[in-house]
Amino acid sequence: MSRSFPDAILVRVLRLLAFLSGCIVLFVFLHLVLEAWPALETPGLRRFLTDDAWRPAGGPPDARYGFAPMVVGSLAATLGAMLLAAPLGFCSAVFCHQCAPPRLRGAYRRIVELLAGIPSVVYGLWGLVTLAPLVRAIEPPGPSLLTGSLVLGLMILPTVALLADAAFASVPRAQLQAAAAVSLSRWRTLLAVHLPQARPGLWGALLLGTARALGETMAVLMVCGNVIQVPKSVFNPVRTLTADIALELGYATGTHRSALFVLWLFLMGAVVVLVAAAELLGSNRARA
Amino acid sequence: MPVRDERRAESPGELVLTVLACGSAVVVFAVFAWIVGDIVRHGASEISWSFLVDPPSRAGRAGGISSVIVSTLEILLVCLGVAVPIGVGAALFLAEVARGGRFAGRLVRAGLDVLAGVPSIVSGLFGNAFFCVTLGLGFSILSGGLTLACMVLPLLTRSLELGLRSVPDDYRMAAAALDLSSTRFFAQILLPAAAPGLAAGLLLGIGRAMAETAALILTSGSVDRMPGSLLDSGRALSVHVYELAMNVPGGEARAYATALVLVLLLVAINLLSNTMVHRLVSPRVSA
Repeated sequence: MSRSFPDAILVRVLRLLAFLSGCIVLFVFLHLVLEAWPALETPGLRRFLTDDAWRPAGGPPDARYGFAPMVVGSLAATLGAMLLAAPLGFCSAVFCHQCAPPRLRGAYRRIVELLAGIPSVVYGLWGLVTLAPLVRAIEPPGPSLLTGSLVLGLMILPTVALLADAAFASVPRAQLQAAAAVSLSRWRTLLAVHLPQARPGLWGALLLGTARALGETMAVLMVCGNVIQVPKSVFNPVRTLTADIALELGYATGTHRSALFVLWLFLMGAVVVLVAAAELLGSNRARA
Repeated sequence: MPVRDERRAESPGELVLTVLACGSAVVVFAVFAWIVGDIVRHGASEISWSFLVDPPSRAGRAGGISSVIVSTLEILLVCLGVAVPIGVGAALFLAEVARGGRFAGRLVRAGLDVLAGVPSIVSGLFGNAFFCVTLGLGFSILSGGLTLACMVLPLLTRSLELGLRSVPDDYRMAAAALDLSSTRFFAQILLPAAAPGLAAGLLLGIGRAMAETAALILTSGSVDRMPGSLLDSGRALSVHVYELAMNVPGGEARAYATALVLVLLLVAINLLSNTMVHRLVSPRVSA
């Protein structure tokens, strides 16, 4: 394409906007590290990993900073949610592209978009009023790891489904026509054309879904029970990292407040690992 | 018709796939019906005209939600006014300028991916520390909107980029063959062709912004009075739902009613945006 005068300006503006949007995260990181620094210095990171309890509000002699049970709570709830959302979301995207007649497809997509737009607070409200009593009927107390995982899974399901759907939709039409020309069956087309083409997009869907589940606050705050413990069964209440932050930030001061920022740092670290893993997997498969 | 016969002959494995795909669609639909049915059943009886136009009283147990609706719309406007221009620019850069695996493109994408995973409550604290304190905006609609803009940007950019990428490469080659300038190609061919995808991305962004709660509690506050300016604190609909469900005893019915209003607003935005997509696309397709 010719590089005329407005084009050069356009490209420069686009580059600036992209640079800006890429840099926001660095800015956020910097703020968090600065706020977390005091707690990383005085109790030290080791105390967070080895202490036997989480009592950061007490004075320096008997304060405890062990946050392992909440890490387990967060990871367990996220895992449960993904076990529900990933297969359902991918299958629902496949339904859109390979099974549904065109009219049904449109209506179905509309429904998934609506589900994606329902606020997490509403999922939390629904989980608290409708789902928790059902779980309590099986085994008390009701608000538990299971309830949290179910609500979280249903919450991120539309996100995974929509992104997987968009990834399938980005498969070039020419390739689908080629597949039809050699009369590949629908499912052969799915496995041989859709999957390899859409793989980076599918990894993206999985990644964004997991990250969203890990960072969700309102819904888990309302349905997980918020007891700091390593769950022995799925019916035990747990407290996630995000819920702890939401519960304690209001009254936290000094080292306690700074300790909450360390939880944030941990969450951010987990997200970075997720992104890096997905990037690596995505690019390796794409190249192979 | 030999081709058709061959397509119909599916192996048992393929049958299982079909059942899985259709079954998951049924599950998704059932969940949708269950959740929406519950919200409507619990919320509809509370909603009346005065609920929409009266200010809240007795901490939300009585009165309406007029000031809450106004605050929500103002927060949303600030958010989109900042996020959409940046998002479209970044998406164009990623999809067209830095096509493939250019280093700058990969870097921006990685930054956005990490930003997408920043939990909403973390963004809330960042917004509180930066917009409210450092920039001195205080607990205000402006702080809330700007914080939301940061949060919505990754999702917006990623879905806009996917929309742009779904435009066939033929268009790009044809434009190159005709020696069209990038500016004309973007404005007259690419953006109209990608309009449905762009609208879908915008929808996801609006949905995410209106759904946000944790970040808004920490940035725009929970004052339920009518906001006088963008520098006043304002309580968003989602924050109102949370406050009623958790902090106001006996507020559950009103929480459901507010949730219903919130969901109805989202549906309205959805329908409106779909209509606009059809208006934008059909004349060009028929021409």
